Amino acid sequence: MDYFLNEEQLMIRDLARQIAEEKIVPVRAELDETGEFAWDVMKTLAQSDLFGLFIPEEYGGLGKGCLELSIAVEELSRACLGISTSFAANALGTYPILLFGTDEQKKKFLPDIASGKKLVAFGLTEANAGSDAGGTQTTAKLDGSEYVINGTKQWITNGGVADIYTIIAITDRSKGPRGASAFVVEKGTPGFSFGKKENKMGIRASATTELVFDNCRIPKENIIGKEGMGFVVAMKTLDNSRTGVGSQGVGVAQGAFEEAVKFARQRVQFGHPIITFQAIQHMLADMGTSIEAARALVYAVARFIDSGAKDVSKESAMSKLFATDVAMKVTTDAVQILGGSGYMKEYPVEKMMRDAKILQIYEGTNQIQRNVIGQALIKEAARNK
Amino acid sequence: MKIVVCIKQVPDTAEVRINPETNTLVRDGVASIINPYDMHALEAGLQMREAAGAGTVTALTMGPPQAENALREAVSMGIDEGVLLTDRAFAGSDTWATAYTLAKAIEHIGADIIICGKQAIDGDTAQVGPEIAEFLQIPHVAYVRKIDSLKDGSIIVQRLMDDGYDIVESSLPVLLTVVRELNVPRMPSLKGKMAAKKAVIRQMKASDLKADVNSLGLQGSPTQVRNIFAPEAKKDRKMLEGSSEEKVDQLLKELAGLKCL
Ligand SMILES: Cc1cc2nc3c(=O)[nH]c(=O)nc-3n(C[C@H](O)[C@H](O)[C@H](O)COP(=O)(O)OP(=O)(O)OC[C@H]3O[C@@H](n4cnc5c(N)ncnc54)[C@H](O)[C@@H]3O)c2cc1C
Repeated sequence: MDYFLNEEQLMIRDLARQIAEEKIVPVRAELDETGEFAWDVMKTLAQSDLFGLFIPEEYGGLGKGCLELSIAVEELSRACLGISTSFAANALGTYPILLFGTDEQKKKFLPDIASGKKLVAFGLTEANAGSDAGGTQTTAKLDGSEYVINGTKQWITNGGVADIYTIIAITDRSKGPRGASAFVVEKGTPGFSFGKKENKMGIRASATTELVFDNCRIPKENIIGKEGMGFVVAMKTLDNSRTGVGSQGVGVAQGAFEEAVKFARQRVQFGHPIITFQAIQHMLADMGTSIEAARALVYAVARFIDSGAKDVSKESAMSKLFATDVAMKVTTDAVQILGGSGYMKEYPVEKMMRDAKILQIYEGTNQIQRNVIGQALIKEAARNK
Repeated sequence: MKIVVCIKQVPDTAEVRINPETNTLVRDGVASIINPYDMHALEAGLQMREAAGAGTVTALTMGPPQAENALREAVSMGIDEGVLLTDRAFAGSDTWATAYTLAKAIEHIGADIIICGKQAIDGDTAQVGPEIAEFLQIPHVAYVRKIDSLKDGSIIVQRLMDDGYDIVESSLPVLLTVVRELNVPRMPSLKGKMAAKKAVIRQMKASDLKADVNSLGLQGSPTQVRNIFAPEAKKDRKMLEGSSEEKVDQLLKELAGLKCL
């Protein structure tokens, strides 16, 4: 369908697609097997300016918005969700600085992020703080001109490969949710190390590790926003990044759908290509329809965010929820259409199905998205009464 | 350092078919691309500029007005300027006239290093690069697979040979033709693509060159194409079947029968 993208948006789509097809498709199966990080692809993405898409021009980026980022993420995800996760997590880690950083912080960090010289990670989750960020135990104590950080973050995308980490830590436990703050920690800071790389079901080309802080001292200027704003920073960050997860869903679903159509035209059983069977056609019809609906929602929400809307929690949660549920369904059905071949690693759909599962879990599980939407609906209803 | 890269717009042969009646290429509806070897030439030029931290890369092409698209694509990869040689007077040029015209344009632009792809995938002659060097009366090295060093007005390169490679040193200015092994051409960048959209492509006509008009285009072309045809397939062929051993046995018998053994 034509979404009336402008010339630059089409340019972004074409370039991301070219990179996906020429540089990602040929290596994705091997990266999935070995779990190696795709440094070569990251270098290509950097050279192509894609890391700077959503960063303002004054800091070396292209000054585009959520929609342009979504378009790029979708195209990369169509080829490999592991690689697109590394790319998208970069934006996730950058939003705290972009949305709440001081001009000095932006000048210091954003140009290297925009050029792709440095990757970024976002560290919120801990062993006792998953869906419930209130369980955060990592602490940051002001000591003279430095904060001293102690604690462990878990399952952090781009852990170890990133140079810049935006993390949430408790600065004043007595204040409850208002006692958390956000910080930037650079790789190489004494007292900051990484746990082992996780061995995952999918998105295996992405790096996921623990971040371990052991009396890690950072300059006090590295706080993002004010003390106590940590959860606000985290929530606003997720509000902005969730459509990105939605576009990952659209992309991987599109990739799996195309494989299913291709296979169904070639595979002959009972004397006919299986695509001539109504049962297969109907599955494909449902897949195609739900992908288009997901894409329309993701683009609409991305445009809504780019319009400067104040509160986008509900809509961004909707786009993440819907598009990632579609991704899980479509990739599962693609495996079904390929039958036994779909279960084999010679075909890319089993990987797509394994990869797609993460989208319903990270950046807030889909149950949590429904909670967010539900709470927004309650608030709206109360307001309209 | 001034680097000029000569590029050619060619039909994407992956998509080209031959018209069985006329035996000519069917070019209708076939996408045009930058000659793949020229992509390596562009990459080489860009890498030289980056290594030197200074200098310019100019892409030069001779062709119809739509060849401008090839130059815009080169701009999107990061070159500084595109120059299009386009004029009816250039039409029908063979490799000699093409090289002459490009050489005249290069004299006009000025260059320390000229880089060409080893050959164009539509004509496959591999003549134009070395011919340009002859017209300019400068040294050339063909089939460059690696640049070992470039400094102080001299260059050391590896020239791919059938049985290995030569190491060749040359003074500048020099013309190089390059093979695929040299590098991996970069993807365009977004900033490059945006610049390419706005870029002004400099056009040059015959009258802009200090050229002998009798050496241009069809008039200046000693090669005349009489006929293009696909060689007829010889019919007296025999396919051997079976396991490798059976095939070898059969082959020996056949060869003995033909009194080759
Ligand atoms: C590969 C990977 C990469 C990740 N990358 C990052 C990263 O870069 N940065 C980061 O900070 N985190 C990251 N995470 C963490 C991720 O965001 C969390 O895993 C996620 O938020 C869920 O937390 P949990 O795993 O602790 O699940 P839990 O919170 O323990 O949830 C378990 C189950 O209970 C359900 N549940 C929990 N609470 C409720 C509720 N109130 N109502 C209904 N259902 C509920 C959940 O939906 C889920 O089904 C990553 C995780 C993975 C697996």
